[in-house]
This record gives sequence, structure tokens and C-alpha cells, in this order.
Amino acid sequence: MNITQTPPLNVHRLRSDFPILSQTVRGKPLVYLDNAATTQKPHCVIDAISNFYQKDYANVHRGVHTLSERATLAYEAVRKQVQQHFNAASEKEIIFVRGATEAINLVAYSYGNRYINSGDEILISAMEHHSNIVPWQMLCKQSGAILKVIPINQQGELDLNQFEQLLSPKTRLLALSHMSNALGTINPVKQMIAQAHQHGIPVLLDGAQAAPHMQVDVQDLDCDFYAVSGHKLYAPGGIGILYGKQQLLEAMPPWQGGGDMIRRVTFEETEYAPIPYKFEAGTPSIVDTIGLGAALDYINTIGLDAIANHEAELLAYCQQQAEQIPQLKPIGTAADKGAIFSFVLERVHPHDIGTAMDHLGIAIRAGHHCAMPVMDYYQVPATARASFGLYNTREEVDVLIDGLKQVIEVFG
Amino acid sequence: MLQDEMRNLYQEVIFDHNRNPRNFHVMENANRIVDGYNPLCGDRLTLYLLIDDNEIIQNASFQGEGCAISTASVSLMTEMIKGKTVKQAEQLFEQFHNITTSHDDEIKLEELGKLAVLAGVRDYPSRVKCATLPWHTMSAAVKNEATTVTTE
Repeated sequence: MNITQTPPLNVHRLRSDFPILSQTVRGKPLVYLDNAATTQKPHCVIDAISNFYQKDYANVHRGVHTLSERATLAYEAVRKQVQQHFNAASEKEIIFVRGATEAINLVAYSYGNRYINSGDEILISAMEHHSNIVPWQMLCKQSGAILKVIPINQQGELDLNQFEQLLSPKTRLLALSHMSNALGTINPVKQMIAQAHQHGIPVLLDGAQAAPHMQVDVQDLDCDFYAVSGHKLYAPGGIGILYGKQQLLEAMPPWQGGGDMIRRVTFEETEYAPIPYKFEAGTPSIVDTIGLGAALDYINTIGLDAIANHEAELLAYCQQQAEQIPQLKPIGTAADKGAIFSFVLERVHPHDIGTAMDHLGIAIRAGHHCAMPVMDYYQVPATARASFGLYNTREEVDVLIDGLKQVIEVFG
Repeated sequence: MLQDEMRNLYQEVIFDHNRNPRNFHVMENANRIVDGYNPLCGDRLTLYLLIDDNEIIQNASFQGEGCAISTASVSLMTEMIKGKTVKQAEQLFEQFHNITTSHDDEIKLEELGKLAVLAGVRDYPSRVKCATLPWHTMSAAVKNEATTVTTE
């Protein structure tokens, strides 16, 4: 991460914004280090949801009654907020979906069915989450297209020479993780997008991990699609974002049919609504969207640069402290990394590490992180993963490292 | 102490079998070889059985990598089923399944001998499959019905 000068976070004050963090687990203070899986929710998000149900809830884009108009205004205000947060050129380029997975599936279905044909190539990387592999495999199976994979090296960085060679006249799309959930690697996406564009290849970025940890400017990156999950961004589950360039979205067919995505319906023919509504069939996840707005307000008040600096400092401290443990091998040591510390311990299986940590009140992830090809590459069945958020502290890193030492003593 | 706190799940027998798994080798003359796979955690094991014409399990061994619970479970299982008939092994599986999934007081842990040390997994729903994977694999092997078993 590029470190910019920002004042340090008052983490202890921020922690009090998250009611769930003050509990004990198995008699120990909760140390929540599973933020790459999902983040906890601040009071303001929980309150926004509760207040909206108590005061403003109605369906959107439908009624002429006061509540419906109020709900519609609030819902659309979040779209504006999202546009500003990611610096999209227009609100029309922001589509609300369930999460990053649905965003990618939408593009695979809609863009894929229109533009990707037999013999065409779709380029992904070896560090993708299953959500950025399986939709493309499904599309390939259906269309006869071919999936190509940019390899990674031992550090968990993309092989950029191979990338260049894989860009072929047959490549129709590059779908790439902005930041890897299993390794923490932040990919040089801006440069890669420019290279892909030189060949006329559009680029989808899976931003599920990147969005909570850095300021993302979709116009600066010049990506064609960007997928985000709200629940990893301190917002409720069930709400996500697909950003797409207006020109592309307008040319793409809808993917689900129903109410709200139409202009006029007869039994002979349906005229679709303009973007973004063309892609939002049915009643959306209204209150989760309101929660997303509150979460964006919250992180922008703190500042993503300040959050990124805090997390980078935690990661550096964690990596440095982990060097005390000779039996520990980090998995993913890229030069540019987000706040994810994936590792294995000699003679202790990640699942046993996970259960043992839980006995110390520490929540980490153990498993393949929905990235089985990454596990195959490193020839490990699974890894343990500590991932940091804005509310984590150095003291929590100390608890983790001390816990790992105990685990080695018990299992080694 | 961490070890004391985890005692209800990780008993000394489990640590022992995890550190020194019994029957941990390829069996050249096996007549049943089945792979067990838990996609949730990536555990894989290969179970080798030699079953004679009288349906008696003459020999059992395994290879693979897994967590302490699954390694201890398969190690203990290979010890326990040797010399038993296929039917007895399946009955043992049924009893084992019961102790790992329910708190039924009727279950007599002492009848299960060493296997009772794995009863603690019933309080850890996400770890039950670690303990039962070897047994599902064994069950498929004695029935000769599959070459790969998954827990999903």
C-alpha cells in the first residue's frame, strides 16, 4: 500500500461504535480478525436500518404516497453517494445487486451472452475467488469460449510477462481481482487495464476485498466493470454494487425480468427501462441499501486513507511479530499487500489452529478461502488467515501471536 | 492453559494419534481403496482395506493429510476395525455417528472404547465432519460402492 500522511486513527474510540466487539467469547475478549470474510457493523448502520423500518419504509419507485416517495428518495440518494464514493461518471452507472458475486454473474450473463462466443477467450488469474472463476466457467461451457489463466509466482504476485502474452486477438474480457482474499495481493490493475485496453479488451475488477481498504476511483482506473460487496464494507449483507461504464451497460441486455426494469409491457413485447433500472428487476433490498449509505458515511468520516494506513501498520506489525515463530510460513508475500495475513504452521492443520484460536476468543478463518486453485498452487489443503479492519489494534495482534505460540506448544 | 481449555475436544489420545498416526502407510495388497475428501477444509485421505472371503477386515491402513481430529479418527478407526467383520464395522460406525452428533444420554461411551475420545466434537458442529469423514470412507469401501467419498 502507498502510505500517505494521515493522522492515526483513534481506534479505541472507533471500537465503541461496534457493539458486537465488546463481548467475550469462551470467557475471553473477542478478537475479531475475520474481516476479509465479513466486517462487523457500526451502531450508525444498525440504527439506520432500524430507524428506516420504524419511520420511512415502503416500496420504491412505485407509490405516489408519502412513504414510498420518502423511501425512493433515500434509496436513490445512496446511489448518488456510491457514485461519488467510487467517482463514477454518472449515477446511471451504479447498479444495486446482492453482492460482488451477483455483480460478476450479472456481467457474465448479460455481457457474456451478447458478446462472448465459441472460440473466444476470457482471461482471469490464478488468484481469483471462486466467484470470479465459476461464472466464467459456466459461460464458457454454454458458449464454447475458453478460460485462460494468468499464473502467479511464489510471492503471490501475477506473472505480468505471461499476462501480456495471454492478451490475444481472441480475448473478449479480462476479469481480475483488485485485491486477493486468500493472499492479500493488490494487483497492478491500472497498468493491466491500460494494457488490456490497448487490445480493445474490457476489464472487470472484483473489488470485494479492495473496496474496504482503499479509495477506489473507477474513472482513474478506467475499469469497465467494478464489483463490490457491502457486507465487507461495514454495511449489511445482501447489498452489493456493480459499476459499469454507461455505454457498455446500455448495450447489454437485461439479465432478470420483472417489475421495475420495464418501461412498457404488452404480451407481444416489453420495452425495458433505461439503466440502471434495466438491471434491477423486482423490489430491491431497500433497507440494506440505506444501511450501505450509512456505512459509506461512516468510513468516509474516518477516511479511507486513514483506514488504509492503520491497516497497513497492523499488517506490518503482524508480519514482523510472526517472524518470532519459526514454524510459521506466510502464504502470500507480495510487495503490495492489503491487510490479510494468510499462513500455515508446521504440523498443525489450519482447522485445528482455527478451533484453538476460538478457545482464546480469536476469530480467524481456516480453510481454502473459496480459492481452491490458490491452495493447489501452494500445495496446502488450507491456510489460516487473519484479516484486519479499521477497529483492530496492535494489542489484538499480540494476542494472536501469543495464541499461535501456544498452539504450537500444544500440537507440535 | 490452552490445552486445558480445549480438553473437551482434544484429549490426550487425539494428540497422540495425531502425532503418531497408526497404520499410516500404503497397503500393497489392499482389495478396497477409497478416497475420502472434505471440500470444506481440504482434508483428503485414502483408505486401504483388505477384506477376506468371510467378510472379515484383515488389514486397514491410510494415507493423506488432515486436521488432528480427522487424523486421530482415521488412525483409531483402522485400529478398531482390524479383525472385525464388515457388519461389525458398520455397527461401530453407527454408534460412532451417534456419539458425534447427539447428546443422547442413552449412548454408552464405554462400549466404544478409545473412540469415545472423539465424542467432544458434538459440541463443535463445524468439526463433526472431520471426525466422520474416515468412517464414511470406510462404509463406502466395505460396500464397494464408490472410489471417492465427500462429506458434502
